[in-house]
Formats: sequence, structure tokens, C-alpha cells
Amino acid sequence: MTALLPRRGLAQILALIVILAVDRVVSPQFFDLRLQDGRLFGSLIDVLNRGTPVALLSLGMVLVIATRGIDLSVGAIMAIAGAIAASLADTHSLAVVLAAALGAGLICGLWNGFLVAVLGMQPIVATLILMVAGRGIAQLITEGRIVTFSSPDLVWLGNGAILGVPVPVAIALGMLILTGAVVRGSALGLLVEATGGNARASELAGVGTRAMILSVYVWCGVCAALAGVIAAADIMGADANNAGLWLELDAILAVVIGGTSLFGGRFSLVLAVLGALIIQTMNTGILLSGYPPEFNLLVKAVVVLTVLLLQSPKLTGFAGIAARLRRTKA
Amino acid sequence: MQNSPDPALPLLEVRGISKSFGAARALQEVDFTLRAGEIHALLGENGAGKSTLIKVVTGVFPRDAGIVRIRGEAIAPRSAKAAVAAGIATVYQEVNLLPNLSVAQNLFLDRQPMRFGIVREGEMRRRAKALLADFGLDIDVAAPLGNYSVAIQHVTAIARAVDLSARVLILDEPTASLDRHEVEILFGIMRQLAKRGIGIVFVSHFLDQVYEISDRITVLRNGRLVGERETASLPRLELIRLMLGRELAETTSARASAGEHRVREVCASFENYGKAGYVAPFNLELRHGEVVGLAGLLGSGRTETARLVFGAERADGGKARVEGAPVRLQSPRDGVRHGFGYCPEERKTDGIVAELTVRENIVLALQAKRGLHRPLSRREQDEIARRYVKMLDIRPPDPERPVGLLSGGNQQKVLLARWLATSPRLLVLDEPTRGIDVGAHAEIIRLIRDLCNDGLSLLVISSELDEIVTYSDRVVVLRDRAHVEELAGEAVDVGNILAAIAADSVAVALEAHT
Repeated sequence: MTALLPRRGLAQILALIVILAVDRVVSPQFFDLRLQDGRLFGSLIDVLNRGTPVALLSLGMVLVIATRGIDLSVGAIMAIAGAIAASLADTHSLAVVLAAALGAGLICGLWNGFLVAVLGMQPIVATLILMVAGRGIAQLITEGRIVTFSSPDLVWLGNGAILGVPVPVAIALGMLILTGAVVRGSALGLLVEATGGNARASELAGVGTRAMILSVYVWCGVCAALAGVIAAADIMGADANNAGLWLELDAILAVVIGGTSLFGGRFSLVLAVLGALIIQTMNTGILLSGYPPEFNLLVKAVVVLTVLLLQSPKLTGFAGIAARLRRTKA
Repeated sequence: MQNSPDPALPLLEVRGISKSFGAARALQEVDFTLRAGEIHALLGENGAGKSTLIKVVTGVFPRDAGIVRIRGEAIAPRSAKAAVAAGIATVYQEVNLLPNLSVAQNLFLDRQPMRFGIVREGEMRRRAKALLADFGLDIDVAAPLGNYSVAIQHVTAIARAVDLSARVLILDEPTASLDRHEVEILFGIMRQLAKRGIGIVFVSHFLDQVYEISDRITVLRNGRLVGERETASLPRLELIRLMLGRELAETTSARASAGEHRVREVCASFENYGKAGYVAPFNLELRHGEVVGLAGLLGSGRTETARLVFGAERADGGKARVEGAPVRLQSPRDGVRHGFGYCPEERKTDGIVAELTVRENIVLALQAKRGLHRPLSRREQDEIARRYVKMLDIRPPDPERPVGLLSGGNQQKVLLARWLATSPRLLVLDEPTRGIDVGAHAEIIRLIRDLCNDGLSLLVISSELDEIVTYSDRVVVLRDRAHVEELAGEAVDVGNILAAIAADSVAVALEAHT
């Protein structure tokens, strides 16, 4: 259990509690829950529901960042997957729709992974290519229109409920468990952390660093595609221009708030998802408070800065020195 | 220009410099004297303290003790820039200039001729042209520096350094990436500068070049000054002895002769194995229960041989066999699959994953060998880690400590444990005792012997000749990226190794006469 939720998660949990408390102040009904038509409603559920796309993105992003990479194209991959799903939804079964959309995400991930692992391009540049081109591809698929659909299966994916829990939330939870099982159940977690921590040394120890890097970009692509399908199902349509726009930055932020260093190495899936929830809790809180949404960005910046300062080794260093001074005085 | 240097007053005087990094003493009371107008070679093996000395003198590192004087005047530069102001300029092997700027801009960076706040390009080019003409270069100074050869980039760097009113010019491995003709040009310039009264410190591991260009030689070993001689009166063999240490007299070693008569089976063999421009093709047989030492100076091809054997570098010719069967070694993974292990010289960059724990570092190679889908359970990992922490006496004995927090000797043990956990048939150790304290040093040597007695095959690189003689059954001597000699049995002694390293045909002939 300690491996899943390390002690270093304290800063994130505290941050979430503080933000929840603030939300309770600005909106007294924040913790209210009610059951209607077999689905739970309330601000908390809203946070989870709205937070799903970024949470899914962060599941892939955290692995990419652990290998000392970054994936800027996840927003564009969301748009592609959403466009494919929306185009096929009314003519094909849900299985085909999902297979096509996730398959597209997988191919996008392979492309990114190929550029980074095989050609040795810098991740930020390599994924910038698809970030730009991907949105164009999505627009080509939708022929520049907003494609709507009415397939009840796909609509259920965005708006239905399982045992009262919204389907997107259930999917995100399932993906967290699946990713956790794959990463920590196999040797992938250790080998990814070793690759990110010191790629040269890992390679000399016989670790297949290329395969490792390729596979995390593929997984990141698949997670992004799933997020794209859910986002499309939510609004019952695909908007190639705006689906997933700027969400890559939220995903990176979620990972960083979750304590994974952009220099790679140690990572935590649970804390990355927690990071995504922190971001969404803030967004929802500001929305409920009645302040104009422009404040959202500023508040977000302050909270992020605070969480990062709490994690900064320099600051901890200062705290350590202060503690030692106090001890010597005592 | 300060001409007619007073011979009584050395240009650069370094006295009693000491420098430690944590517990590791990099320099201990080192003296160094540079006269005006001389070319002074600073020599020593890896880790001898050459670069630390340069960095202390040029203010990159603060010093713990000692004095630096220029023409009798004590200086204490706090940065490379302050050192330049004091008249000491350094040109490193990797030229520290901007390849995307023009040659002229590089020469006058930070001090461009200005008028009304605007750089006078024409004036700058004219001056650049004149400056380079002094160095015998007539090139288009408006073209980006990166368009020119490494040699011209070096000359540009030197021209800039000298023009910054340098009195002392430090050249750190300036010829490493130059061809023969370019070296001649550089030497011409160095001689010319020396004539103008500039003192030049020449750091190189090409002994031929040292003998060709230098007036005097200072040798460091293990952070101490071991000799300062006139080049003309220092025979090559004597120089190598100074660099590698130990007197010829004490060559009969305490080498373990256990199992001397046992017939040993070949573990791995390499036939005509090599790579163009890396190591000349060599033949090498490694047997079970045997230690083969690789001896030679820095840059002689020792590490290169080790990397080829392990598979970290691909050979472009020759055959490799493991237990008699032909194999292809294309990557470290291939090496690991065939039961090889490799502890590289650069532990920090190529060995440990500093952030991960001792346990994770130990199981890394074994896990990589088993593959993704066969993870070692946490229980197995704990058991492996505990076993090796105990067996190798890794301190502190805490498997959950990040390995970056351990001392060098313990990090080395963790790397050894990483490979022992894979039950290898062949271990390649590159400088296994470098930079670790005396106690751990002896332990690692004992360990090498023990492993060998257990039937492991070992290929060990070391600059410490008496060390290599202690544990090696055979010693392969390298020079200029080629295997030049193989010593076995009684012939394994420091004197023979030194002779093989030094053996120009001339040196051999000289030795034969004395």
C-alpha cells in the first residue's frame, strides 16, 4: 500500500483538502449528493465527472514524463479520437467505434514513440508535430464541421451511470486500476523509473530503453484517445477545433502537481490522478463562487506555485537547515 | 608585451594546493611552476588531478589550501572570468565557443568595437582578420565558426584567449580531435606564442606529442605531485613509471598461484574482433576461473575493448564465441543475455541510477534479463538485496536508501551486486577501484580473486599496475588503440608491462642497452 500512496503524497492530499474546504465556503451545498434516475448528482460528482479527461490524460502523461519525456499531442489525439467516434457512432456498433478511436490513439502513440525512441528526437519537438498536425487531421475527418450523433450507446458512455456512478468516472477509475496493475504488476514500473533516472546506465544494465520509451508513448496515446471519446460522448458531438484544446498543459500540470519530476525517474499514478482532481476541484470551485472564469487561471497559477514550492528540494533544504539550527539551539 | 622575463621569478607559481570533494582528496599539496616562454606538459592518468588542478588555478573550484602567484603576485580568482583578467586563459578540448556566430563575433564576444551603441561590424572583421593573420590563418571571418574544422576552431579559441591579454595559456587536450597536419599547425602556433613570452600548459595523453613540443613535464598521480623534469632528460619508460607508479624492483608480486595448473575452459573468445577508428582488431580468449588484466595508458583502447566485449559498442569485423558457439553482440542486451556483466568506469553517468534505492539498483540487470512479464516479487527483491548487501558488506546496510547517497566504494559494490545477481559467466570491470577509499579498495581486490576462484571469468581494466599484477593471470597490454602484447604466467610483472607500454622500437632498443 505504501508503494501506491507514498508519504510524499501528503502535500497533494493537504492541498486537495484545503481547496475542498474553500469550495465548501463559497458554495455551502458543495458536499450535497442526491440520487436521481439511478445516477448521483452534486458538485463532488461534477468534479469527478469533469475531471475525467485530464485524469485519463495524466495516466499516460505520468509514464511519459517518468522516462524524461513529454507529450504535447494528447489534446490533438483527443480531437482525432473524438472525430472518429462521432463519425462512426450512428452507423457502427459501440465496439467498432471504440476500437477505431482507440486504434487511432495507438497509432498516434506509436508515431510519437518512433520519433523519440528510434529517431532520437527531443520529445517536446517530436510531439509538437502531432500537436499541430493532429488537429488538422481531426478537422479533415469532420470535414470542418461539428459532427453530432445520437447513438444511445455512445451517449451512455458520456452520460450514463453504473450503480449511480457516472460512466466516465467508472472508466477513469478502471483505467487507473488497469494501469496500476500493468505498471506495478509487471516490471514496467521499475524499468521505466530506471530509464528516466539514468537512460545510459539502464541501457548498459540490459534494459530495453527504446522499447520502454516506445510503450509509454503508445499508452499515452491510448489514454488520450479514450479521453477524446468520452469528451465527444459527453457533448454528443465532435468539435475538432476545440476538443481537448490546451488539455495537454493541464495533464502536464496534474503530473507535476502529483510530484513527478520533469527530469524523469520516480513517478506515482495515484498522485498524478490526484493532481488532475486538484485542478478540477479548483475549476469547479471558481465556477460555483460566481467569480468570472478569468480568475480561474490566476488562482490555478497560485495553487500550482504553492504545491510546487512545498515539493521543492531547495525549500525542504531550507526547512531542514532551520530544523537543525533549532535543534542545536535547544 | 612583457618581454625579457626575469628568470628568477616564475610566471605562474602554484604552491601547496589541496582540494577535497567530500571525503575524497583530489589534490594534496601540489606544486607547479610555469616559466615564461616555456611549454610545460602536465601529465597523469585519469583521476590523477590534472583537471582539478586546472580548475582550481582558473577559479572554477575554490581551493582548500595553497597559493597561486603570477609573477610573484598572489591571485585568488573566484571565476574563470576573473582568472582571465589575471592573465590565465584556458582552452578546453571541447571548444567553448558559439558555432552559430561568425568567427569575428566569437573573437570579440563581450568586447565588440562599438559606436553609438551599435557594433561596428566592419571594424570588428578587420581586427579579427589582423588577429588571425598573426596565427597564420587567412579565412573568411564573417562565416559562422561552425563551418570550419575543429583545428581552426581551436586556433580561434586560442587567438581569443591570447588576445584577452593572456600570459598563461592552458591547453587541455587540444590535439585529441586533430589530425596529424592540424597538430603541426597548432604546434607551430604554440612555439610562436612561447617565443613571445607566454607560458603554455599542455595537457595531453599523447606522449609522442609531449616529447615533440614540451620543454618540461610535471606528473601527477592520485592527486599528488610525483615529479617535475626537463623533457630532454626524462626517458619515456621513466615517465610512464612516474605516471603509473611503483618501482620496478617490487615487481615480484603476491599473485595468487592457486589453480595455476588447472585446465581452464574457454568462456568467451574473440577473433579478429575490432572496429575501425575505435580499436584495431584483436584476438582475446577469456577462460573460466581466470582474471585477464587490460593495461595501457589513458586512451590506449582499454575501455574501448571492454565495451566491444560486452556489446555496448558494435564490432565491424571479427567473430565472437561464447562457450564455443558463435554469437552476435549488438547491444548491452545481447551481452547480458549471454551472461556478461559490465561495470563501467564512469559510475555516476553509466552505472548507478542515483535516485533509485540500493535494492532497485541491484535487481535492475536481473529484472532486465528476465523481461517485463516476469517481475521479481518484492519479496524476491528484498531477499536478493539483503543477500548482496551482506555478502559485499555494503554500507549503510539499508537496501531502501537511494544509491546516490552512498560513498563511491559502496556504489561500486552495488554495481558488482547488480551483475552478480544475474549469475554471469563473464564480468568486465573498468577501473573497479578508482576513486574509492583504501579499505574498500582492498576489499574489491579480494572480491575479484574470490569470484575468479568460483569459476567466473573476469576482464579487468586498471591504471594501477601493481594492482593488475596482483590479481591477473594474464595481462593484455594496449597502446594506441591496439593490443600490442599479451603476458602470461611468470611474465606478468610491472616491468614487462611498462616495457610493453613504452615500447617504441627505439625505447626497447635503449632499454636493451642499459
